Amino acid sequence: MRKIQKFFVSNAVPLLFTIICIIGVFFSGTPISTILADLVNRFDRNSLLVLSLIIPVTCGMGMNFGIVLGAMCGQLGLITVTILKMSGISAILMAALFGSLAAVLCGFLSGKILNRTKGQEMITSMIVGYFSNGIYQFIFLFAIGGIIKVNSDIILTGGVGIKNTVALDSMQYALDNLNIFGLNTRVNLFTGVFFFAAFFLVVLLISSLIHKNWTRRRLAELVICAVLMAASPIAAKVPQLLVANLLIRIPIPTFLLVILVCYLIQKFMKTKLGQDMRAVGHDRQVAAAAGINVNRVRIISVIISTVIAAWGQVIFYQNLGTMDAYYGHEKVGTFCVAAILIGGASVKKATIGQAILGTVLFHLLFTVSPLAAQHIFNNSMVGGYFRMTLCYAVIAVALMLHVWETRAKARDLQSQVSQAIR
Amino acid sequence: MDNIRRKIREFGMPRIIIIAFIFVILIGAMLEGQDMAALISDSLVRVGQNMILALAMLPAILVGAGLNMGLAIGIVCGLLAGLLSIQWGLMSWSGILMACLLALVFGSIVGVGYGKLLNLVRGSEMLIGNYLGSSVVYLMCMFWFAAPFTNPTIIWPMGGTGVRTTVPVSEYYEKVFNRFLAFKIGGVTIPTGLFLFVFLMCFLVYLFTKSKSGITLRVVGNNPSYAAMFGVNVNRARLIGIALSTALGSLGIVVYAQSYGFYQTYEGPLTMAFTPMAAILLGGATMRSVKIRHVIIGTFLIQTLLTTALPVSNQLFPESNLSEVFRIIISNGIILYALSQAGGNEK
Repeated sequence: MRKIQKFFVSNAVPLLFTIICIIGVFFSGTPISTILADLVNRFDRNSLLVLSLIIPVTCGMGMNFGIVLGAMCGQLGLITVTILKMSGISAILMAALFGSLAAVLCGFLSGKILNRTKGQEMITSMIVGYFSNGIYQFIFLFAIGGIIKVNSDIILTGGVGIKNTVALDSMQYALDNLNIFGLNTRVNLFTGVFFFAAFFLVVLLISSLIHKNWTRRRLAELVICAVLMAASPIAAKVPQLLVANLLIRIPIPTFLLVILVCYLIQKFMKTKLGQDMRAVGHDRQVAAAAGINVNRVRIISVIISTVIAAWGQVIFYQNLGTMDAYYGHEKVGTFCVAAILIGGASVKKATIGQAILGTVLFHLLFTVSPLAAQHIFNNSMVGGYFRMTLCYAVIAVALMLHVWETRAKARDLQSQVSQAIR
Repeated sequence: MDNIRRKIREFGMPRIIIIAFIFVILIGAMLEGQDMAALISDSLVRVGQNMILALAMLPAILVGAGLNMGLAIGIVCGLLAGLLSIQWGLMSWSGILMACLLALVFGSIVGVGYGKLLNLVRGSEMLIGNYLGSSVVYLMCMFWFAAPFTNPTIIWPMGGTGVRTTVPVSEYYEKVFNRFLAFKIGGVTIPTGLFLFVFLMCFLVYLFTKSKSGITLRVVGNNPSYAAMFGVNVNRARLIGIALSTALGSLGIVVYAQSYGFYQTYEGPLTMAFTPMAAILLGGATMRSVKIRHVIIGTFLIQTLLTTALPVSNQLFPESNLSEVFRIIISNGIILYALSQAGGNEK
């Protein structure tokens, strides 16, 4: 009983949003399969961006609103490969490469600034995002064509600045639907489920064999994978599920990449550097006393975050197919922070599970709220405003809760100290 | 040499850069053959219309809450006040005075609530204020959508209900302050009434900061635990500062709109807070100390810069929004600089 109570208290935020999402889905009046198809796409686009927030949180720097910088670097990469007239998967890889290079530089600079404003990292990273947005707009509205002469279709007719929307037709789905020996990899629902069930079954089996880990939980996981594997070909034959099967497309390579990044983050946290980050996040003074170069560790964490965000933005636009060159990155920081907070993360602690759950819930809410508002208020705009209100309010409330918690802890400590003195 | 360096540091690097920039732009404008008189007139109007918004930053810094990133909360109060005065069809002076009065009332009431929230999160006011502000702006977006206004100036021409994205004040009280006692010297129009009103407000706030309660606020801002030791009610002082800031922001948008010609509803207030913040910081304020002259100097500098940069940039890149990009870079650059100075080098 205690356990159940504790579960509800510690997962209050995700549970609340699950309820809101269910209400939204109910009122949206849209078939579940359509919503799910949209959700899979949105998850595909945003999961890496949300995952990029985790490492700075571990490092004690709070939510890195500066992932906007990483998103801009990703767009820089995409614009570069478009100008170079590249296409397909090679374009995406080059874009990720260019983006990463820029992101390392930007992350370094942003980390330097954040080191100057310890204790105020979140607000500073937010302003860093706004500021670099100005620089970004200057580069792509005026410097390209104005200072650097470029010959490409995406330049405005006046010859200065690039167009608002950049068509990425030649690289749409290049990663999602990676062509391996003529096989499509953006597959329908049950093929995807079959693939991932098989994938996890193999991975878990190998890991169990190596580590001799046969706990009850692991066995249950193996059974679930096996059942899903067996059930998906049968489900694909059921006529009622035909529409869902065809509508929902699972991008296998992208999801594999997301899984890989999750795995790498987890492995990274176990390395020396990762442990240093944890130590710095726990207590800067103690970490410094233990001989950790606090500033260096913090800069590295920002660089990693920015680079992952750059990849995330490249993946985002290879799925969407047209890039909003000037506004596409603006709200990335806000949306991703709201998502991870909805997943139950706090400013002090964020896990991969929270990031994934948060992405799903946040984007489910994003999909259904205009539709639900259309049915309830006869106007889809209200839904748009509603979700923005919610998005900002979630961040504000989460930050407030964090402040209260820190204060309560400080008060406890103070009373303990004064009692000890007495 | 050291003496000069110290002097420069005292004057502040950002200000030197910005003043140099203004000179470069003015020379550029002259070489291009711009209408200098018109440029200066425009600058004066812009300075006047933005100064109260910058003044609104002062009380919040004074009580140690940092920059009031949630100024948007005050601004939506002002919008509501202004729209109500238009809805009632009040013309000219009665309209603008009603709008100002309502703005102050709404701003104070909402500001007290906002101050109570910020009192709960001492130390993170700026970040939380920012998100509360944005959240309130979107909440009000829903309100504008459903608001029961009936005046055709306010509602969409065909839609029936809902407020327009820009509500013109032209038929009601556009430039009432600006035109009051306005005169011309050598082609430059001086908006006397606007400046009188704005400086009156600055003077009132100045008197307030010199009064007993104003000094209390300053002490609370400088050292809250010290103030508490002397029996000052810290939370109440902070509440007064933040409420005053919100009320001034609310008044500021009415003055802004009467000069600008429009109330910008919906997502308009989202970005309004950044230029005033940059202005007061450029004037020499820090996150910890602030004076009235910082407001005045800062607004003069930044608004002159932004106004003169517009025609020059249009000449360089026709039909572009270089000046808008410029505004983003400069105002956020200044805020970033101030933040990095305030943080210190704590290990």
